[in-house]
Amino acid sequence: MKRLLFILPVVGFVGLLAVFFLGLGRDPRALPSVFIGKPLPAFATAPLRPGDTGLASTDFQKGEPALLNVFASWCGPCRVEHPVLMRLRQEGVVIHGLDWKEDAPAGLKWLTERGDPYVRAGNDPTGRTGIEFGVAGVPETFVIDKQGRVRYRHVGALTPEDWDQKIGPLMEQLRKES
Amino acid sequence: MLAEVGQFALILALLLALVQSAAPLWGAHRGDGVLMAVGRQAALLQAVFIVLAFGALAWSYVTCDFSVQLVAEHSHTSQPVAYRFAATWGSHEGSMLLWVLILAIYGAGVAFFGGTLRETLQARVLGVQGVIGAAFLGFLLFTSNPFLRLSPAPVEGTELNPLLQDPGLVFHPPLLYLGYVGFSVAFCFAVAALIEGRVDAAWARWVRPWVLAAWIPLTAGITLGSAWAYYELGWGGWWFWDPVENASLMPWLLGTALLHSALVLERRGALVSWTILLAILTFSLSLVGTFLVRSGILTSVHAFAVDPKRGVYILGILAVTTGLSLALYAWRAPAIRTGALFQPLSREGGVTLNNLFLTALTATVFLGTFSPVIIEMVNNDKISVGPPYYAKTFAPLAIPLLALVVFGPMLNWKKDEARKALVRLRIPLIVAGVVLAAALPFGGLKGIATAGGLALATWLIVGSVWILGRRWWSGRAYLGRSILTTPRSIVGLVVAHAGLGLLTLGITGVTSWESDKVLNMKVGESVAFAGRTLTLTDYALTEGPNYQAKTARFAVKGPTGAYDLRSEKRWFPSAQSQTTEAGIRVGPLGNLYVSIGEESDAGVIVRLWNHPLIVWIWIGGFAMAAGGAVSLSDRRLRVGAAVKTQPLVQPVPAE
Repeated sequence: MKRLLFILPVVGFVGLLAVFFLGLGRDPRALPSVFIGKPLPAFATAPLRPGDTGLASTDFQKGEPALLNVFASWCGPCRVEHPVLMRLRQEGVVIHGLDWKEDAPAGLKWLTERGDPYVRAGNDPTGRTGIEFGVAGVPETFVIDKQGRVRYRHVGALTPEDWDQKIGPLMEQLRKES
Repeated sequence: MLAEVGQFALILALLLALVQSAAPLWGAHRGDGVLMAVGRQAALLQAVFIVLAFGALAWSYVTCDFSVQLVAEHSHTSQPVAYRFAATWGSHEGSMLLWVLILAIYGAGVAFFGGTLRETLQARVLGVQGVIGAAFLGFLLFTSNPFLRLSPAPVEGTELNPLLQDPGLVFHPPLLYLGYVGFSVAFCFAVAALIEGRVDAAWARWVRPWVLAAWIPLTAGITLGSAWAYYELGWGGWWFWDPVENASLMPWLLGTALLHSALVLERRGALVSWTILLAILTFSLSLVGTFLVRSGILTSVHAFAVDPKRGVYILGILAVTTGLSLALYAWRAPAIRTGALFQPLSREGGVTLNNLFLTALTATVFLGTFSPVIIEMVNNDKISVGPPYYAKTFAPLAIPLLALVVFGPMLNWKKDEARKALVRLRIPLIVAGVVLAAALPFGGLKGIATAGGLALATWLIVGSVWILGRRWWSGRAYLGRSILTTPRSIVGLVVAHAGLGLLTLGITGVTSWESDKVLNMKVGESVAFAGRTLTLTDYALTEGPNYQAKTARFAVKGPTGAYDLRSEKRWFPSAQSQTTEAGIRVGPLGNLYVSIGEESDAGVIVRLWNHPLIVWIWIGGFAMAAGGAVSLSDRRLRVGAAVKTQPLVQPVPAE
């Protein structure tokens, strides 16, 4: 009986090891959005590009799945994902942008210097609109289906692997949905 | 060239570690003195080569050799030289190199100072150390080589994360690693004892100073980290229950338990197998911390670049070291003779209770840290565990432990009587009672907690100092001599326990009376806050060595006089990131903390905090470390003072 007590630590440790091993593959940053499956909250923002119409929730119900990319010129990882967005734009993916927590000139300068991947681009200098759909930081990318419902939320820079493995196939599937 | 020297030095160190893990273990088994001597030489030489490798990397950083990939990724010519040097351990690879460096230095310490140990014991300790060293050198060379070249070399490097460009970084990681890795010595002693199947007086005398030598820097490192987070992150908090903070707290809690149980083992020969288990678990928790930071299993503000491959390797090291040692424990520990018996109410009993509480606290933090992983695995729910969990679980366990701290040292070894112990403590009890009674009338339900916290802090401080008071009072006829002859271990105990009281005082103050205010301010505007008047006198662009800053200057008029405060938002163009420098007025009664945020038409956002007594949290933490250092300097604890022929259980007069 007493012997059993001495065996207990090693048994417990083996269990813990299994948990650690299984836990390794998961992505701790994959946060579900509370809006998954729900329509985007109604919003309308000022334009980022002068003379443009800005970005509103109605832009997403155009019968085509779209990405909503939240970015800012002051954000480092946005720089990393920018070339990926440019490539997707060339491939014909609809991407709308929301410039978060900065004034329009700064965001506009970013787009003119680096290229503009966005169909529509809105400006959210106070961060209010972002808060409506639960943006915690930039960059974040939401996948919106044909009916304007949020289907997926990606936190952090969008890498080519993320697109190939998760978001690309999801967009393909959404395109086929009626 | 230099990077290649470092690379070869590391490879040689790995080969030496392999020799060190085989020769002395086999030598001790066969009774071969030559093989055991080979182990000692290997440990010393290994340290020399790792120092060489570390020096090569540090020099590459200081001289901005961007042809080394790691340097190009974490250094920049405009970065001040102190931070270029500190950047050596600012990356995953560099910090692992620091890890093996410290491990090798501890190993060399055992080889160098261990002459008084039984030769087979020393050989086995070194052998186990060699296994750990080889595992981590392999990890470094095969998954995280710090010396990879970059061709063509860039003209300029990418700057080190600006948050890390702070004096805190220069000392915080080395101190923590001295602690984490230091516990490896106790671990090696534990495994060696299990291999030998016996624990003797030399073993017990050796383990405690090594545990103390690891515990002191860990305590100082955690305290420093907390202070650093407070002034650098700009969030105005001192502890966030972040997974990585927890990773350092867990070995600290269990290491504290080990420190106390090793004391009982040393003095009374009791708690033998429990101490061995604690030694294994404490170092294992250090390894778990390493795993947690580098595998990406949890998110944290401090996590290194996430790489599951590295996670698998560290998990392998953890599985082998902890798994094998616990299996060895299950097999051999039941055969190890249990030590002297004691009554429940005795100093040994007090330490046992202390150990139970500390182990329970460790389990609490462990569950809080890893339950997100476990729960997601079970039902795919994402949860996040925050301060409310710890307020419900950690605090109710910590408070009784703090109340018990004063009793322990007042109890006699072996057996004691409750009534006599209470009489010995009547003065601290009365003082704490008076504080409780005086503080209770203020405030409602929250007031009770505050009064309780103040009384607890008083109890800890007065009760600890009272140990000296009693001692000197009974020797008052020769006061000078009785002060001079007080053993340093007792002074250390008093300082460390009183430090815990100061920590309690700080926590009570800041949780009870903290206040804050957020507002928009324009230059010239004033605001009244926490008995002070703040005026924003200036808001302008300024230039630093490698950053541009928006600097806000405040003139403050308060009860302690008038002074200026400055808060900055720094923009580091080459690192493309931003940090906040808070303006802090530190005072014994409380800190005024000012940090600026975004700008708008209404002015700049200013956050003000009043943190009463907060500075005592860190003073308390450093006092605990200082107490440990005083205790370590005690003659009776000096490493190597062991006498081989001493019996394990020796009568110790009650103090």
